[in-house]
Amino acid sequence: MGRVEKPLETREITLNMGPQHPSTHGVLRLVLQLDGETVVKCTPYVGYLHRGIEKLAEGMTYLQALPLTDRLDYISSMANNVGYCVAVEKLFGIEVPERAKFIRTMVCEMTRISSHIIWIATHALDLGAMTVFLYSFREREWILDLFEMLCGARLTVSYPRIGGVRNDVSQEFLDSLYKFTEEFPKRIEEYETLIDKNRIWLKRTKGIGVISAEEAINWGLSGPMLRGSGVKYDVRKAFPYDAYDKVDFEVPIGKNGDVYDRYRCRMEELRQSNRIIRQCIEKLPPGPIMAPDAPKFTLPPKDRVLADMESLIHHFVLITKGPMAAPEGEIYVATEVPKGELGFYIVSDGTGRPYRMRIRAPSFVHTSVLPRLSEGHLVADVIANIGTIDIVLGECDR
Amino acid sequence: MEPLEIAEKIKEKFPEEVKDIREFRGQVSVTVKKERIVEICRWLHDDPELNFDYLKDLCGVDYLGKKPLRFEVVYTLYSMKHRHMIRLKAEVGEEDPTIDSVVGVWRGAEWHERECYDMFGIIFKGHPDLRRVLLPEDWEGHPLRKDYPEKGPDKEWKGFQELLEKAKELRVYQWEE
Repeated sequence: MGRVEKPLETREITLNMGPQHPSTHGVLRLVLQLDGETVVKCTPYVGYLHRGIEKLAEGMTYLQALPLTDRLDYISSMANNVGYCVAVEKLFGIEVPERAKFIRTMVCEMTRISSHIIWIATHALDLGAMTVFLYSFREREWILDLFEMLCGARLTVSYPRIGGVRNDVSQEFLDSLYKFTEEFPKRIEEYETLIDKNRIWLKRTKGIGVISAEEAINWGLSGPMLRGSGVKYDVRKAFPYDAYDKVDFEVPIGKNGDVYDRYRCRMEELRQSNRIIRQCIEKLPPGPIMAPDAPKFTLPPKDRVLADMESLIHHFVLITKGPMAAPEGEIYVATEVPKGELGFYIVSDGTGRPYRMRIRAPSFVHTSVLPRLSEGHLVADVIANIGTIDIVLGECDR
Repeated sequence: MEPLEIAEKIKEKFPEEVKDIREFRGQVSVTVKKERIVEICRWLHDDPELNFDYLKDLCGVDYLGKKPLRFEVVYTLYSMKHRHMIRLKAEVGEEDPTIDSVVGVWRGAEWHERECYDMFGIIFKGHPDLRRVLLPEDWEGHPLRKDYPEKGPDKEWKGFQELLEKAKELRVYQWEE
């Protein structure tokens, strides 16, 4: 009497991951179809943080819409502000003074460093290397302190203005920033010693989430996601804005297009950003920080408003009527923010408010590629893939 | 290639389709009819001289009361190889808000088209998975249309009402009332 052989029954299970999950970096929800540990189907759900920024901006003047851009990618708000200002300046045809351009380039690169630092901290934490987190937040704190010194805010800065920047940099700020750039390369090495030869780190990043160059272009990826696959495309080089054509830097690219190559790209970008900041401090020219016709766009300083008639009139007109009407037309201007290409498509109907402001957010495009990276791989690799696309839901959901 | 040259080339190839060519601050937009949009896009993507392999952006615009055809779908294209850019605009009327999907040409258009459907109610024919992306699936209306109130709809979203009722039901402590 033999035992009755019954075939082993297996079935696919559906796993809901998020929206409240520490490794989804915000409120991303993934529905995973699992066959054992393999992901058969991955469906991202976004929109939990949707605030209708594009709709809100339509009812605002160009000046009022600036603080909205802080709330896109809230850990690199300075770069978003600059992106918006560059777009509006191109629409109005404003030429920004040299000094303001260099200051903006400098703060943009500081933002890139602080954003990449958060990325390496959380990415490594998700993959089980906790120590990096503690080290890298030390440098982030340093940068945030510098931002506070510069403009009084740490997270939602709104420091750049249409036509320049809000206030000039002090010598004290430049000195401490220079000290930071001297110290920072050593700190990057510290992070690398912690994970670069870690066997677990290498096992979990090499050959994971591979995407070829052609495919990355076809999917519309940008930033380190695209460069990790070996495509040398950087908005700072392709369409230089601010002072990027006056500073010297390399665009690091990867080869295999996996999580590890993107990690290497971002680490190298940290070094390049550091280099750009140094050059900006060294080359910072004297001069005004606001375009000469800026009173038409930007509020005059409060002490001037109280003392001088012209400024009072400008203030009054700006608040009641909004800035000078923009010329009729439409424009798409992209800038390179830490996550990738941030584009503003502004349609102007000849009034002081944008008729349509479209924000092309890199995180939104990168989230759409998540199923392509994850399907057919293990559940644990989904975590690595979420980390590598450097997602910020504030920007994805807008 | 210069943007105006590209626009001329498109006009040469599709003389019937191109309705308007406009330049503003060095950027050129080409307005086309929507019927053969996939064919135009496929040609722009494949032609060796143009080679627009990178879809930077796809979005909708609502020109309510400003233009005879209400909507426009805007494609911002870039070529990695030749490093040139062009903007293609397809006009979509209000009575028949449909257009063919370009997901077959650029894979990255998938979510942009979903967002465009979500915000404007433009239906992309042949899209693999046309659902709302940013708003809940049972949301009523399309917020970025110009006739949608900026303060939001008058009545709360159904899901939020359910949530409030559920919270009331599960309440353990009574503070006031």
